[in-house]
Amino acid sequence: MALDRWIALIILGIALAYGYAAFFTMDQSLPPFMQRNPIWPSTFPKVLAVLAIVTSLVILLGLEKPDEEPKTADIDYRRLTDYHLGQALLLLGLMVAYALLLRPAGFLLATGGFITLGAFFLGERKFHILLPVAALVSGLVWYLVEGVLGIYLSPLPAFL
Amino acid sequence: MLEGLLIGLSAAFSFTNIAMVIAGCLIGTFIGMLPGLGPMSIIAIMIPVAITIGDPSAALILLAGVYYGAIFGGSTSSILLNAPGVAGTVATSFDGYPMARKGMAGKALTIAAISSFCGGTIGAVLLMIFAPMLSSVALLFHSAEYFALMVVGLSAIAAFAGTGNVAKAVMMTLLGLIMATVGEGALFNMPRFTMGIMDLQTGFNFITLAMAMFALPEAIFLVLNPARSAQGESGKISGLRIDRSEARSIAPVIGRQSIQGFFIGVLPGAGATIASFLGYAVERNLASKDEQKEFGHGSIKGLAAPESANNAACTGSFVPLLTLGIPGSGTTAILLGALIALNVTPGPRLMVDEPQIFWAVIISMYIGNLVLLVLNLPLIPYIAKVLAIPRNYLIPFILFFTLMGSYIGQNNPTELLFLVGMGIAATVLRFADYPLAPLLIGFILGRMLEDNFARSMQLYDGVSFILERPMTLGLLVIAVLLVVVPSYRARRARARQEGIADGD
Repeated sequence: MALDRWIALIILGIALAYGYAAFFTMDQSLPPFMQRNPIWPSTFPKVLAVLAIVTSLVILLGLEKPDEEPKTADIDYRRLTDYHLGQALLLLGLMVAYALLLRPAGFLLATGGFITLGAFFLGERKFHILLPVAALVSGLVWYLVEGVLGIYLSPLPAFL
Repeated sequence: MLEGLLIGLSAAFSFTNIAMVIAGCLIGTFIGMLPGLGPMSIIAIMIPVAITIGDPSAALILLAGVYYGAIFGGSTSSILLNAPGVAGTVATSFDGYPMARKGMAGKALTIAAISSFCGGTIGAVLLMIFAPMLSSVALLFHSAEYFALMVVGLSAIAAFAGTGNVAKAVMMTLLGLIMATVGEGALFNMPRFTMGIMDLQTGFNFITLAMAMFALPEAIFLVLNPARSAQGESGKISGLRIDRSEARSIAPVIGRQSIQGFFIGVLPGAGATIASFLGYAVERNLASKDEQKEFGHGSIKGLAAPESANNAACTGSFVPLLTLGIPGSGTTAILLGALIALNVTPGPRLMVDEPQIFWAVIISMYIGNLVLLVLNLPLIPYIAKVLAIPRNYLIPFILFFTLMGSYIGQNNPTELLFLVGMGIAATVLRFADYPLAPLLIGFILGRMLEDNFARSMQLYDGVSFILERPMTLGLLVIAVLLVVVPSYRARRARARQEGIADGD
């Protein structure tokens, strides 16, 4: 089964769960005065759930066939390991780490580290250029966000 | 209209607004040149900046400048490197890159700049004429018609996704609508589908979603496949001039494509990409036999056509946004989100209630085009240097800016985890050829769609409004036809083909 149909299956699951919530659980908490309304909070989701289930079934069962050969996408997911998958995963992990460390480590440290490590993972080894650039960018962005836009960003680690 | 023009002139010619146009065009041009960052991602990155400006007309002027700049910048990288940064400039690389290979890079960039300028300017004139007309009609619309019109817009977007992909586009639109129902709506004052997660109480954040749908997958693609950002040899840039005979041969092309591009841009779901491809195809068919051979090998007509068409279409896509409040493309959808954040509701009332915003935007389009031309012609040789930013630096910066974009709006690190999660999901969806723009458009229209639906339900005490209002019924029928007819025709054509094959 091709990836697009697996995705349709997952979406079908989501739509079923969504539909279950809309049809069976949402209306129980509805206060009595709102039950006299012609439209309930669950009305629109009910319509959406039905439509989504039907559409995902159309894709899953392959009812609509493309009339030409599927054009080669710019990245073929079947040969994903031929690409720099490791680098991509490392960078995604780095983004998660950034999200978790942004508060505790402070903006300057987290950002400098993010850019340095990101470039390092991509194969940059000239640290005498990389480190100053990373420091400059994190300082500049902090100044722009804090000073110009007026949005508070804690610059230093939480314990300082 | 004259009165409006004057309002617009006085608003647009303030110091801040002119600075905004220039800044927007510059930022757009420079970032648009980077392969992989299209107008959608750039505007998404610029939204936090625009929102903090506070003044809606200044913000919209800035974002419109970024939009134009990005389209123009995209054509620069298509011509020089055959690396279109924007889908709308893919057609530009068909003839632009061969020209650059032949050592005519300077001429190609000049033609691109001039065609973009003409396309944008003609588009702005047409916008000025058609937007007021459309918005006076739109004032007759009732919430039921709005509901129906949005359904038409959403199904048009799905229908233009191409044969074989209609179901996927519909699916993505529905997913966007479903995501829009998460959180506390204005209408019911109760949290829906939050699964008990506090961070979902206010619903999904639209900037995060926009970043996750466009900027992040593109960056991941760049990492996965270094060839996407491969840097070709940018030939020497010389010979910027075009001679008289060349000017004469491209003038009618520019004229035709500006008008055609504008009207394609007005259609919801079409936008710059389709306009540029269609413009290229039409001009190729119109050209004489000898000229047709040149197409694809460095024809100046083949370069001028998509360039004027995509800029005119960008302007055209502002028509439904400003008059009906319905975004026709992913980019205008992001603009709509920004406007709502600035407490401006685009729609037919915009011209009546806040004419200065409407006209300032139109005037700034003229200025924007002029600025682009003036800035870019002398800067062309230097602009190309940006393309030399090493990939090792470029990608971490793109990722960092997506993180920043979604963080500073919310000041909530959990938002960043949503960003990464949805970005991975979006990348997988792109692998499987699911279009992502319908999801974002569905998400943005979702709230309005439900509000209008709920309002008409309450007014008519049920769904009877669909039958009682002929315009609503008509629009809904159109919406259904838009989705059903293309796949029906494809099915019939296939059946016929199979029949022929059997007969032989």
